[in-house]
Amino acid sequence: MSWEWGVIWQYIPRLLEGAWLTLELVLVSGLIGIALAIPLALMRASSRTWVKAFPFAYIYFFRGTPLLVQIFLVYYGASQFEAVRESFLWPVLKQPYWCAIIAFSLNTAAYSAELFRSAIQAIPSGEIEAAEAMGMSKPVQIRRIIMPRAFGIALPAYGNEVILMLKGSALASTITLLDVTGMARTIIARTYTPLEMFLAAGMVYLAISALIIALFRLMEYRFNRYQYYHHTDTPEDLDPQLRDQHIDS
Amino acid sequence: MDLQGFGHLLISGTWITIQLAISSLLVGLVFGLLGASAKLSKNRLARWLGTGYTTLVRGLPELLLVLTIYFGGSQFLMWIAGFFGYDEYIEIGPFVAGVTALSIAFGAYATEVFRMAMMEIPKGQWEAGLACGMSTPRTFFRIILPQVWRLAIPGLGNLFQVLLKDTALVSVVGLNDIMRQSQVAISSTKEPFTFFLVAALIYLLLTAATTGFTMFMERVANPAARGHSS
Repeated sequence: MSWEWGVIWQYIPRLLEGAWLTLELVLVSGLIGIALAIPLALMRASSRTWVKAFPFAYIYFFRGTPLLVQIFLVYYGASQFEAVRESFLWPVLKQPYWCAIIAFSLNTAAYSAELFRSAIQAIPSGEIEAAEAMGMSKPVQIRRIIMPRAFGIALPAYGNEVILMLKGSALASTITLLDVTGMARTIIARTYTPLEMFLAAGMVYLAISALIIALFRLMEYRFNRYQYYHHTDTPEDLDPQLRDQHIDS
Repeated sequence: MDLQGFGHLLISGTWITIQLAISSLLVGLVFGLLGASAKLSKNRLARWLGTGYTTLVRGLPELLLVLTIYFGGSQFLMWIAGFFGYDEYIEIGPFVAGVTALSIAFGAYATEVFRMAMMEIPKGQWEAGLACGMSTPRTFFRIILPQVWRLAIPGLGNLFQVLLKDTALVSVVGLNDIMRQSQVAISSTKEPFTFFLVAALIYLLLTAATTGFTMFMERVANPAARGHSS
């Protein structure tokens, strides 16, 4: 097997260009996804059947079908309808970039809504009752108690979802976008060095996921501080004047 | 919905998808068990290999794995075969490449599921097996594995759903699965929305069936709970 390190070095700048697009896709669709997921999760956690029905069907469809089908439905599917092609949406829907963003956002919204819902339902009911007892209205409860608590609970699982999104973003290459995978495929078509280029692309993905994992560790440490609090014993040789009877006992 | 006579094409694609998913599941379970045994092994090299496998594969996109094995696999195999004096061209078809890639990906996640399940089994179970005079492999297959199985099935069911959806990626390298066949139908009917929607509904049907099957397997693997419910 002929192995050429030179090709990897030569094309690394192009791959990093692709990495920017990958990051952009993950970030933009992640943010839109969260914005969609929050109302979906709140509706899904409701106890009324007719409120629950829509988010249930939405989540069921997007979690039960491959991401590839969803991308193709948006990118190729939209052009089937005359009405879409003549509407003001067409300049957006004919661009692969926006189609990828739309498909990824809708997809991640379904997964994150499910995460947020289980987080909302994992909040101890005493905390909601306490908010109720303080006289908070439902919107204030959601804003001050439910959302911040659910955010903290969902954070580790949401980190996993972002990694899955990063891996899913490789599918953008199937609709001609030049993300890391798309860039690698273009380079391979020119140089015919599949193993070298895919290895390099894989390293780029691993680096990005390591970055995401580190970021979420930091965030978790920040937002779930209460879980990391350690009570330190008062040292034996502390000035007796400074000793606190309540802590010592 | 009017399929304009392309229904049989989609059905043949569905059959390929099912074959691909089940083959990858079986190979992937072997990878998962090997990975979990490696990660729980006393041997440091085995633990290191197991950790490397799961960390690496879980950080790589499945599409990249499929593409690497399809386009790079034959080059790699020919290099290996070269050591044994075999110089003919070796080709890897899309099905084999798909099974390899998907089972490697499935195995990495299954490793974690099996590892968690194995850690749930009390150490006393091992000791009891050995005390009865069973050898370590026999204890593993007779005592530990049936219990690991019960604990692992819900997790494995989820992973199988992921696997089923990932089979769509193999259409990118030309396997005639549901996705590919819908594209064939679209190229002559020019109705992408209709056919991709039908493809989506077929996948939905398959994932729903998987959910049902997982629930059934959970009952089969758990005789104790079954006894109580009846």
